[in-house]
Amino acid sequence: MRKAEEYFFRLLMVLASLIIVGSLFSILFTIIYRGIGSLNWDMVSRVPEGGFYIGKEGGILNAIIGSLYIAGGATLLALLLSIPIVLYINTYLPKDSRLAGFARTSFDILFGVPSIVYGAFGFAIMVFFGLKTSLLAGIITVTLLVLPIMVRTMDEITRLVPHELNDAVYSLGATRWETAKVILKQVAPGLITAILLSFGRGMGDAACVLFTAGYTDNIPTSLQEPAATLPLAIFFQLSSPIEEVQQRAYAATLVLTIIILLLSILSRILNSILSKHKIQ
Amino acid sequence: MVRFRAGFLINSLFLKKSNKMAKARIIVDRVIARMMRSLTIISVLLMFLIGLGLLLKALPILKEHSVFHMLSSEIWRPFKGEFGFLPYIMGTLWVSLIAIAISFPLCVLSSIYFFEYAPQKLKQFILPLIDLLAGIPPVVYGVWGVLTIVPLISEHLAPHFVEYSSGYSVLAGGVVLAVMIFPLVMSLLGEVFSSISTELRDASLSVGATKWQTTKLVLMRKALPGIMAALILAISRALGETIAVLMVCGNIAVIPHSIFDSGYPLPALIANNYGEMLSIPMYDSALMLAALILFLIIVIFNVSSRFVSTQLEKYFKL
Repeated sequence: MRKAEEYFFRLLMVLASLIIVGSLFSILFTIIYRGIGSLNWDMVSRVPEGGFYIGKEGGILNAIIGSLYIAGGATLLALLLSIPIVLYINTYLPKDSRLAGFARTSFDILFGVPSIVYGAFGFAIMVFFGLKTSLLAGIITVTLLVLPIMVRTMDEITRLVPHELNDAVYSLGATRWETAKVILKQVAPGLITAILLSFGRGMGDAACVLFTAGYTDNIPTSLQEPAATLPLAIFFQLSSPIEEVQQRAYAATLVLTIIILLLSILSRILNSILSKHKIQ
Repeated sequence: MVRFRAGFLINSLFLKKSNKMAKARIIVDRVIARMMRSLTIISVLLMFLIGLGLLLKALPILKEHSVFHMLSSEIWRPFKGEFGFLPYIMGTLWVSLIAIAISFPLCVLSSIYFFEYAPQKLKQFILPLIDLLAGIPPVVYGVWGVLTIVPLISEHLAPHFVEYSSGYSVLAGGVVLAVMIFPLVMSLLGEVFSSISTELRDASLSVGATKWQTTKLVLMRKALPGIMAALILAISRALGETIAVLMVCGNIAVIPHSIFDSGYPLPALIANNYGEMLSIPMYDSALMLAALILFLIIVIFNVSSRFVSTQLEKYFKL
């Protein structure tokens, strides 16, 4: 009896694992299978012609560039904001500081807030300041989305720095700011993980840019112009009745998936290389 | 703080020559401290700013209609000024519950397998792979749902149970969402199971319990707080997912009565109507209210997840 129960549950576990791994592979297979046929040089080097929803010619360059602009801009802004926050929490505030604990909790909660809420909030800000759907509005909204990811990842890395390092630097007569700079140098390699993670999240998010960045057939040339993005290129063009337009959606899906997977793999490789040289 | 500055004070006492420079350094230090402090405080306030911003935008509709009425009414006719959120709330609940019902038991079983039974090599190969897929954007899951799950339901599954289903249903939304949260739940559960000490397992095994008995009676008990916290986080993730669900669940504003009916979750409502919301009075306010409801629910879930894991730990101490 005990044995039968043991085998039964073991079988269930293996089945569950197979379903999970299988469905995840099914996604990769579907995306590659559908996308590979429609992916060619024209697709990634031309903007759609005759309207993205009806035009049969052209590619998805507008969305690729737009996504890179938005994810890049947002990651840069979030980085500039999160470095001082993380340094402040970790070096200026004492270990049992209430503000630090509160800040960590609030970023944890912000991390769980769905992107559609950021999108709606971004839209509210946009209307408040009289902005139109534009690259700028998209970047600001995505910055809000990736800031918690950036802060949390950086905070985790910074917390690993041994506290003795702080004490050692202080004992040389350094001010808190000078100490913070030493800590920053120590964690600098780890920032790459945070940057890649935020960049990937910024590229893949659709609900945030839906209201704020708009959509266009062209590559934006200024911050005031609307910008196309890959997730929206997929979302809009997949529902088109025209075969050629759907092909663009499949190609965009594959391109987005490849970019995201490359980013994650890169961050993992860098992480394992860089963590070899850390002071433990 | 005093201890940290001691070295610096001694330094400036003994080196009088560098006094001026020391003062400059102190000033720089203090100015930067102020700046960083205000930035940190502003960022902490962001959470409240989002709530407040959405509340302000939702105020016009809150003044006209009672919250209770809007949450319990089925009628959604923005042109006539009737905003009943019930179909959307039910849509969200159906999709999320289906997703959790599929995803959570599978993930618990699978985590137990990988952490207690599977060969080390398999575990070290599969778990990072699942983790890698966590980064895949929701829209890609949506495409997969449209291409595989929706036809599967309309052609093979639904005909056995109902007369007609387009396949764009709460079931499709639930399945896509379930697969989407696999990586998240697996990593949350992975943290729980890897934090349990091997001594516990060894103790149980040494008194003659089988591996499954050990898992059932010792590990599950020890892991329960963590599992509950993971469950709450998974639900809150499922509630807020927008684009993947929107693509496969049909978006008809009627309360679904079976898993093969279409549904219309709250996030999809917000996302689908952004274009028209400025032309109809109160419409934008209603959508902002939807966003506010979503925001509040998710904040509550996140906070309670932390609370649950710390509280339950006290009760389930071994």
